[in-house]
Amino acid sequence: MDKEYKNTENALLEVLELTKSFGETQVLKGISFSLKKGEVLAIIGSSGSGKTTLLRCLNFLETADGGRILVDGTPVFDAADPSLLHPKNIRKNRLTFGLVFQNFQLFPQYSVLQNLTLAAILSAKQNDPEYKTDKKKVLDAIDTRALALLERIGLAEKKDNYPCQLSGGQQQRVAIARALMLTPAILCFDEPTSALDPELTKEVLRVIRDLKENGHTMVVVTHEMDFARDVADQVIFMADGVIEESGAPSELFTSPKSPILRSFLSQ
Amino acid sequence: MNLLLSAETTGWDTFLSVTQKLAGGFGTTLLLFFLTLLFAIPLGLLFACISRARFKPARFLMRAFIYVIRGTPLLLQLMIVVYLPGIAFNAPLTKWEIFHQNVPLSYFCGALFAFVINYACYFAEIFRGGIENIPKGQYEACEVLGMTKSQTFFRVILLQVIRNIVAPMSNEVVTLVKDTALARTVSVVEIFFTASEILRLQFIIWPLFYTGAFYLLFSALVTLFFGIVEKKLSRYWK
Ligand SMILES: Nc1ncnc2c1ncn2[C@@H]1O[C@H](COP(=O)(O)OP(=O)(O)OP(=O)(O)O)[C@@H](O)[C@H]1O
Ligand SMILES: [Mg+2]
Repeated sequence: MDKEYKNTENALLEVLELTKSFGETQVLKGISFSLKKGEVLAIIGSSGSGKTTLLRCLNFLETADGGRILVDGTPVFDAADPSLLHPKNIRKNRLTFGLVFQNFQLFPQYSVLQNLTLAAILSAKQNDPEYKTDKKKVLDAIDTRALALLERIGLAEKKDNYPCQLSGGQQQRVAIARALMLTPAILCFDEPTSALDPELTKEVLRVIRDLKENGHTMVVVTHEMDFARDVADQVIFMADGVIEESGAPSELFTSPKSPILRSFLSQ
Repeated sequence: MNLLLSAETTGWDTFLSVTQKLAGGFGTTLLLFFLTLLFAIPLGLLFACISRARFKPARFLMRAFIYVIRGTPLLLQLMIVVYLPGIAFNAPLTKWEIFHQNVPLSYFCGALFAFVINYACYFAEIFRGGIENIPKGQYEACEVLGMTKSQTFFRVILLQVIRNIVAPMSNEVVTLVKDTALARTVSVVEIFFTASEILRLQFIIWPLFYTGAFYLLFSALVTLFFGIVEKKLSRYWK
């Protein structure tokens, strides 16, 4: 790799000119932004503006057509570098990101604790040499980590329950813990509370706030403007596949420049 | 069939001999039932995979075949399999070398073949529905957690598919219990054949009801089995 990648202002995440089309329609028309370690980026925008598609590109659920994604200055995606698209590289790089889905997507047949540990155990089985020599120790360490995370989201006593026995808010908190188990550098959320009642929304947002206090870098697609206003360090307003406006929440919400954003905020 | 004409003196003797004959026929019924399941389940899985294949012509042909088989009577398929080779190609099943001139065996295998194809098509549709009902998000959740395709399938998807298909499979398998009676139309001496022979030769009607009791008991066992499986699975999720 002889290309020079500049690491602007010590960004942890840098997205450069990302484009994506589905057939004829271009959904992302050149998205660029950067995010420092420990920062929270809120992405807002009306339905169909491409927010989900952007997150899915970050998480390798979609392959962008053009542009680059750099983490800590290292490219994890570059449309011009096919070697990065090799399944092996994708599988390695994708763990840089975690993704929390709108509708949780917990595994129904597994208990809360098993939901957290499954991927970690499978990965240890494949990659951790210690798994062969001292299986119990590895498994115990995974369990301990999962239990600590459950403690943190306030669901330790639910560890043996099944997802269907939990409220939506509890399920979403478990989904967050499950994503954290793999210690992603950047945790993404796609409208994490839009499937929830206002009451349950609060408990999920509290967990996200708590993560921010602990220094997690996050990208949150949200319709909760109040939440974006007081948790985000940076807000991006997307419209029709482009970043229409971006900035600190204090500016963006109090004095929006773009007329589209103004009308979006007044809804 | 001379056995059937042997003089029965007391009612008790008749009962015993009828029981014995029916039990013999029921053995054939069971054999047909279990062999059909044994072959139709994997074949159904294969059909389901083909009907979801990326290669369009394969998918189309498979679905067309399934459509035809499900849309025509099993009875018709039985007759075609058993009689068509003889009538159309002058190669009756009974003369096929693999059957070693064992006529009942050739009929049984012909019937088994038709049953397997027919049930594989029904099972294929059930399996396809069970697979397609899994939300895409489940696969994606696995993907973002770094699981491989096979880990995803075996650790997360498979049990959910099984869970999805238990109820329709239960219905289909109970139907199979009763459908085995159709084999008598192509001279397979299963329990219903036996009972109608008794009726024809001895003019006693009650063995038919007795036969019904065999079917009833067997369907009850099958239902019970699937009920237990379903209960085991739903202990975890709705
Ligand atoms: N797999 C796909 N195939 C074709 N078109 C797609 C696909 N996924 C998304 N789109 C289209 O891309 C556009 C952007 O969709 P996207 O889901 O990213 O929007 P969004 O901003 O997340 O909207 P919402 O707020 O409703 O979730 C939409 O017009 C959508 O119809
Ligand atoms: Mg969306």
